[in-house]
Parts: sequence; structure tokens; C-alpha cells
Amino acid sequence: MAAPLLEIQGLKTFFFTRKGVVKAVDGVDLSLNEGETLGLVGESGCGKTVTALSIMRLISEPIGRITEGSINFEGKDLVAATESEMRKIRGNRISMIFQEPMTSLNPVLKVGDQISEAIQLHQDVSKKEAWDRSIEMLRLVGIPSPESRVNEYPHQMSGGMRQRVMIGMALSCHPKLMIADEPTTALDVTIQAQILDLINRLKERVGSAILLITHNLGVVAEVAQYVGVMYAGYIVEYADVITLFKEPRHPYTVGLFQSIPKKKGSAKRERLQAIPGLVPDLLELPKGCKFQDRCSRVFQRCREEAPLLLKLNGSHQVRCWLYE
Amino acid sequence: MEKVEALVELKKNKTAMAGLILICFLLILALIGPWISPHPPLVPDPINRLKGPSWSHPFGTDSLGRDILSRVIYGSRISIIIGLIAVSISLVPGTILGLLSGFYGRKVDEPIMRGMDIMLAFPAILLAIFITAILGPSLLNTMIAVGIVYIPHYARIVRSSVLSLKEQLFVQAVRSLGGSNLRIIFLHIFPNTIPPIIVYATLGMGTAVLQAAALGFLGLGAQPPTPEWGAMLSEGRQYIQNAPHVAAFPGIAIFMLVLGFNLFGDGLRDILDPSLR
Repeated sequence: MAAPLLEIQGLKTFFFTRKGVVKAVDGVDLSLNEGETLGLVGESGCGKTVTALSIMRLISEPIGRITEGSINFEGKDLVAATESEMRKIRGNRISMIFQEPMTSLNPVLKVGDQISEAIQLHQDVSKKEAWDRSIEMLRLVGIPSPESRVNEYPHQMSGGMRQRVMIGMALSCHPKLMIADEPTTALDVTIQAQILDLINRLKERVGSAILLITHNLGVVAEVAQYVGVMYAGYIVEYADVITLFKEPRHPYTVGLFQSIPKKKGSAKRERLQAIPGLVPDLLELPKGCKFQDRCSRVFQRCREEAPLLLKLNGSHQVRCWLYE
Repeated sequence: MEKVEALVELKKNKTAMAGLILICFLLILALIGPWISPHPPLVPDPINRLKGPSWSHPFGTDSLGRDILSRVIYGSRISIIIGLIAVSISLVPGTILGLLSGFYGRKVDEPIMRGMDIMLAFPAILLAIFITAILGPSLLNTMIAVGIVYIPHYARIVRSSVLSLKEQLFVQAVRSLGGSNLRIIFLHIFPNTIPPIIVYATLGMGTAVLQAAALGFLGLGAQPPTPEWGAMLSEGRQYIQNAPHVAAFPGIAIFMLVLGFNLFGDGLRDILDPSLR
């Protein structure tokens, strides 16, 4: 088997605040092959976005810092890369789309200028060529009459269209990896489906791998081949999407599935099961398993020892003492 | 599209239009001055000293018999040029300092902004007098002095907009596409700071004209026989009891130009600042 496109090992990204050290990412291991889609799921504040920003090396220093671990991308350790090396990778080999399409475009520049800029940053093409390719990108992401739309400012477009523009920008240099940080969260449901469909289609065409960050398991089921479930800074369960949906093992993953509303009439109507409690304060993490206070199956060992990522069958891995 | 909307807004805004009309009136006067002024502004006429307004001298004459209307018209050229140059002298370095200070924060911000604070601690006119005293009195030095005095104002305004702009997602997005800091500062943040800069520069034109006139009045600005309004005012001061028109007309001219810029600047702020809508 060829080496994976992206391999993260033991990644730790901490924020050194006045109140103390926030362990936003506390030992994440991930790997992603070329052309695959990996969904990273978890509730707000579990470290999904920080993981993504760590890969891009966009953690705002000196408050935040990658303290440990390695991020291997195309055989290069990004943690050790210099800023100018990273600038050549960002947008070119790895690109990112953000949650808020309303604010992720510069309000005072034409969308065409912004896409052209992304192209010209990495490719030696004339302004005219870049502009023509911007029109092409807009057509590719399904914006009607791109020749005139390219001259518009972001405020003249809807949220869904802006997200399309962002996707166009992110894919303009045919990156090997695209990180999508909750790309559909800020959009309404009908547009969400269109955007997911677009991402899936373009992925095939451009041949990028996708790291999809979301809190929506439905979105994961739609587009991902593999899923990592994150909780309080680390991965608690990792599996291919079918295995994970069929047999979730970690009590947290099980809880996540139980908290999805069931189809009406499919079974007897029952109360929605929520996971009790809140995500622990990242400043005061408990000893042992981080999920212990919310876990229905907690036992003595969970309170004493932090669980390791245990291999089940195939690629399925789980961080829970129940399965040792 | 956007520009057209702004023009429509401008037409609806009475304050801005009043200011614009005043400015345009004085600007046209300055442009066609040499062709419409009835007398040469610098030639003395010892027989007609300190004459009140008449048909041949609508604004009267000064202590050397020079036609005050002609001098006021020529003075408008000087004042407008002073305003433009002084504002550019404060705007360019002020904007750059504000951009760097706001964007990099901490180690860059502290020395720049404390320096600006020190400059702001002096009363503006005192600092301008101080600078002209060092450089020597002349029209050019007046512009430099007034320009330097207002650098901190632009630096502060730009810095405060940068502080909020740099947290915006589009900055992160440019960075994620491989943009460098300098690219982000000058190509992405700077265009967003232009509206407040335009507003402040317009208001600043009025202030600069006033400051330059004050320096002229104190004898530190334009030197005789240059028809600078402040200097004319100062000269007329001696005759205020017998020939008040000598001081009155340049005074009215200063008033009109400054009022024009202030009204226009206020109007622009209403139009460009979305939070006031």
C-alpha cells in the first residue's frame, strides 16, 4: 500500500492563555489516502477546527502552539515547515473552506479578483489568463452566467453562491487535500444538499482528498468513506463509514447516534436521548478518560487511566477500556 | 453598482451637498482665478490705501493699496493646495503606521502608538509652531508642519479599523490560500479602511486649512507679499477699527472653505459609515 497522503501522529495543539493551558487538540492520530474523504465529527469545542488549522499551520501564535506530534503531508512534516514553505503549500497543495461564507470573502474586492489572486499566488499566469480561469471556476461550481458574476462583489451574492465561490477558490489550484470546515452549517437545508453534491462531484474531477469537519452525522454518511469521532481533543473512535454507522462502539458515538431524531412512525415514538452533561472544561480535564463523567458505562479503570486507542477488526479503532 | 448607490445617497444628503457646493465654488474660483481677478494681487497702489469696498475694488484695498478681492481669490489657490498637501503628508505615513501597528500588534504596536500618544499630548498648534520654528517659516514648511501634526490621527483611525478587520474570516481565508502578511495588509485590509480615511481626510482638509491660516497669522507661514488668508488676516488686524474689511474678507473666505470641508466630511461619514444608517 502506498504511503497515505496525510498522516497525523500524536498531534497536540495547546493554547497558553492567562487562565491556564487549554489542550484543544490532545493527541490526534489520523491518516487519509489520496482521493478519500474523511469525516471528522464531534460537538462544538472538541478540537475539530483546531486540528484543521494545525494542518494548515494557521494556529495564531504565540498563544497557540503545536507542542507535539507530526503532520506528514506528501512526505513532508508540516509541523517543521517554515512559514514560506507553508505559504507554497497553502492554497496550492492543501486548501480550506470555512464555515461562514458570508464573511470569508473580502467585501471590497470583486469575486473574480479574489479567485484570480488565489490562482496567481501559485501559478505563473498572466492576469488575463487568471481572470479567464476564474470564470471557468465559477462555471465549474455551478454559478449561472459566470462572465457577469465574476465582476460582482460578495454582497451581491447569496450565502450559497458565496460558498460556491469559496469552493471554486479552494480548488482553483487543484489541491491534493481540501479541508472543509463545516462547509454547510451556515446554509439552509436545500442549499446544503447542493453544496455537498458539488463537493463530491468536484472531488472526483479534481482528484482531491477531503477532510470534512462537521457535527452533522448525516453529512458524514453522505460524503465520507472514513469517520473519526472527536471528543475533548482526541479521536475516540475511527472506522469506515459503514462500520461506524452499523456498530458504533464508543459510548460517546453510541450517544451521538441516539441523539438523532428517528423518522416519524418508523418505530414507537420515544423521547430523544441526549448525552447528559457538557463537554468538560478543557482547562480542568479529569484524570483518566475524558468522557467518564458523561458515560453510562463508566467503571473504576476509566477514572484512573486514560484509555488508549484500541484496534478492533479492520480499520475500526476505539478509545475505550470496555473493549480491551 | 456600489458607486452609483453612493452617488444617489450623496445627492439625498443635504449637508454633504451644501459642503460640496461650497468646496466646488471655491475650487472653481481657484482654478479660474487669474482670469477673473480684477487686479494683480501683488502690485501695491499707494494712492488707494485702505479703501472700503467700491465698484473698482469690491472687497476694498489693504494697507498697501492691493485689491483684497484679487488677493482672496489667489489665496484660495494657496489654501486649497496647503490643505491637499498637508493632508497627504499626514495621510500616507499615518495610514502605513496604523496598518502595521494594528496588524502586527504588540512589539510593533507599542512603540508606534506610544510615539503617536506623545505627539497627541502636545496641543496641535503648539507642535506646529515648534516644527515651523525648527524648519524656518515658509509656506512649504507650514504644510509639512501641519501634515506631521496630524499623522497620529490617521494612524489611530486606521489602527482601530485594522484591529477589527484582521479578526475577520476573509483574512484567515487569504492566509489559507497562501497569502503573505504584507499581501493581506496592503491588498486586503487596506481597501477596507478607505471609507473612514476618506471621511477623516475631508474633515482634515478643513482643519489643515485652519491650522495653516493660524500659522500664517502668527507670521510662521507664508511670507509677505504672498496672498495667504491667514497672513492677510493678521495684517488686517492692525486696522480692524478703521478698515475692518481688510481682515473680514479673508476671514470669511477661511470660514467658507473650512465650513465646506466640514459639512462635506460629515455628510460623507453619514453615507459611508453603515452603522449610522
